[in-house]
Amino acid sequence: MAVPPIERRPCAGRYTDLVDSIGNTPLIELKRLSPKPGVRIWAKLESMNPTGSIKDRVAKSLIENAEEKGLISPGQTILEPTSGNTGISLAMICARKGYPLKVVMPDNVTPERTQLLKMYGAEIVYSPGDQGSNGAVAMALDMAADDASYYMPYQYGNEANPRAHYEGTAVEILDELDGNVDAFVAGLGTGGTLMGVARRFKEELGDRVTIVAAEPMQGEPVQGLRSLDDGFIPPIIDLSLLDRKIFVTNRDAVVWTRRLLDEEGLFAGVSSGAIARVAVRIASEMDHGNVVFIVCDDGWKYLSSGLYTLPVDEVENLESTVWW
Amino acid sequence: MATIRIPPVLRPSVGGEREVEADGGTVGAVLNNLVEAHPATREQLFGEDGELNRYVNVYLNDEDVRVLDGLDTAVGAGDGLVILPAMAGGDHASLRS
Repeated sequence: MAVPPIERRPCAGRYTDLVDSIGNTPLIELKRLSPKPGVRIWAKLESMNPTGSIKDRVAKSLIENAEEKGLISPGQTILEPTSGNTGISLAMICARKGYPLKVVMPDNVTPERTQLLKMYGAEIVYSPGDQGSNGAVAMALDMAADDASYYMPYQYGNEANPRAHYEGTAVEILDELDGNVDAFVAGLGTGGTLMGVARRFKEELGDRVTIVAAEPMQGEPVQGLRSLDDGFIPPIIDLSLLDRKIFVTNRDAVVWTRRLLDEEGLFAGVSSGAIARVAVRIASEMDHGNVVFIVCDDGWKYLSSGLYTLPVDEVENLESTVWW
Repeated sequence: MATIRIPPVLRPSVGGEREVEADGGTVGAVLNNLVEAHPATREQLFGEDGELNRYVNVYLNDEDVRVLDGLDTAVGAGDGLVILPAMAGGDHASLRS
């Protein structure tokens, strides 16, 4: 008896290497979140990548770009400031390709991060926790300047980061929705997702598409800068590509992470809750059209916080945690 | 009168207050009134060219004014401004203090 062909992507595809399977993630409609019948909200499940986050695309692009330019070859140590998903993605890819990985991260990350990085064989160098991600970036830059044997991809300033989304994420969304995208919402961190997708969408769709950044409003305990001049803006960010930029408090991010789970059965990380909140806000301002937002990662790495089971007011360190 | 939420790094310049109020029909006017009342904030908020300091983000009702009309963004009575430092992020750091 003939077996009918599988037509639904992303089930299609056979790969000879895990790294090659990155991307082609599902786009799922979340009907219960939509505030109006004419407005459809779609979630791009980047959590379905091999290590569970959108950063698999970025790490693959960073490493393959360096390989193509002849900047690295197996055996060379890769150095990167990252305390989260980029480190985990780099760790998996570097392990597969034969590059030792050294990750600089703050000394107060959650235990899941340390375990995941060690699991894939990464070496961890700790930076002062009270300096947050800024401290890790500064320390990694110093280490790279002092030792030329390191290769630092530097996701905050490497065009291979947005290019992963320009050539991948954006193209997939356009294909799935036949170009009918009216608003796109993603988190603003390194800026890679927003810059890459925005460039492609503006080229293909012009001004019909609204590009919206959702960004974290860090809790006061982690706003510990000595001066506003100690701030940091990733070099790849071009604000002119954004139409809206909206912050989300930690509390709202957690509340909406729970809504994704409770109303749509979607087990997502905290940044995805924040992004969903902004997507629904944008959707409520529209009469019809498609709103696409990014689900950056799944919830496994956040389980120890208790945020999926506790009342939000009982989640410890809500304001002192950098959730995304 | 708009309320302005002050980040911890700026509070010593406004007598320790978490929130202050200032008049003005635009973001620029509100911030200028803030600076007049608390001169120590000028150097932190503005560059020599009179534009917002690169590492200062100002939000009107949760939205970054840089992608609205900048300092010319209109402010209504009862609107809320939030000043935040630009910080590295985007890597799901999940730090615990």
